[in-house]
Amino acid sequence: MRFAAGTPVRVKRDFPELRGPCHIRTPHYLRGLDGVVERPLGAFPNPEDLAFARPAPRVPLYHVRFAQPGLFNEGAAGDTLLVEIFEHWLEPREDA
Amino acid sequence: MAAPPGPESIALLERFVAALKAQGVVTEEEIAEQIARTDRASPEIGARMVARAWTDPAYRELLLRDGSAAAEQMGVSMAGAPPLGVLEDTDTLHHLVVCTLCSCYPRMVLGYPPHWYKSAAYRARAVRDPRGVLAEWGTVLPDGMELRVVDSTADYRWMVLPQRPAGTEGWDETRLASLVTRDALVGVTLPMVAERAAA
Repeated sequence: MRFAAGTPVRVKRDFPELRGPCHIRTPHYLRGLDGVVERPLGAFPNPEDLAFARPAPRVPLYHVRFAQPGLFNEGAAGDTLLVEIFEHWLEPREDA
Repeated sequence: MAAPPGPESIALLERFVAALKAQGVVTEEEIAEQIARTDRASPEIGARMVARAWTDPAYRELLLRDGSAAAEQMGVSMAGAPPLGVLEDTDTLHHLVVCTLCSCYPRMVLGYPPHWYKSAAYRARAVRDPRGVLAEWGTVLPDGMELRVVDSTADYRWMVLPQRPAGTEGWDETRLASLVTRDALVGVTLPMVAERAAA
């Protein structure tokens, strides 16, 4: 497990959908956005492998919190969003 | 609202199931058991869990720490089911559950998701305009309460532990459970005491 609760993270701005068949559980609307790890949720077989019947190593999963108004530039200040994101989709924020 | 499946969809499903059976992925018995298990589940289970958490601090602690274990205590078999997570509403925080990618829903304790939960409109708007969505349900949060949208994207299934409404002092679990609707368990509504019942 790489990230503890409270760690500032950024969701990778990557779109594997453009490169070929894939099964991604990271919503498009979060790619490239900044959040904070709320808490680790354990490790689960990588759905990106499971979907293609490949051997699926367990990957740490996190609940990551985002500011809701920052997602679509609308909404109420102070509202938040909580999303499960696998570790390989998160990178630490050096600027945080 | 989705149209009923046409003959092509049903034929496709039958070919798909036949292929899964031929490959040894599932058996007819496993499919039947899964359907039976979901048929047995209903929001009454989730409502009973919430009512018990409102009256039993030890159960509340278990529910928030390990939702699956709390469901098992209520006689629900969680074998093979995704882990259940429960998120607690407070005076300053309200949770709203959605699955933007598909229709992940805590079926083991709530049964089948309603059609609106699976609709593209709910899935898109719950993350973009959550307060607008709640207002259409007649749910208006007090000033200063944070709305936290929970996008259920991976291995957990999420249920909300709403706040116990005022005016329910002394109520037993059965009466409390009657306040907890399916929709309150994913946060689109709040448990309410009817005016007449409270009087």
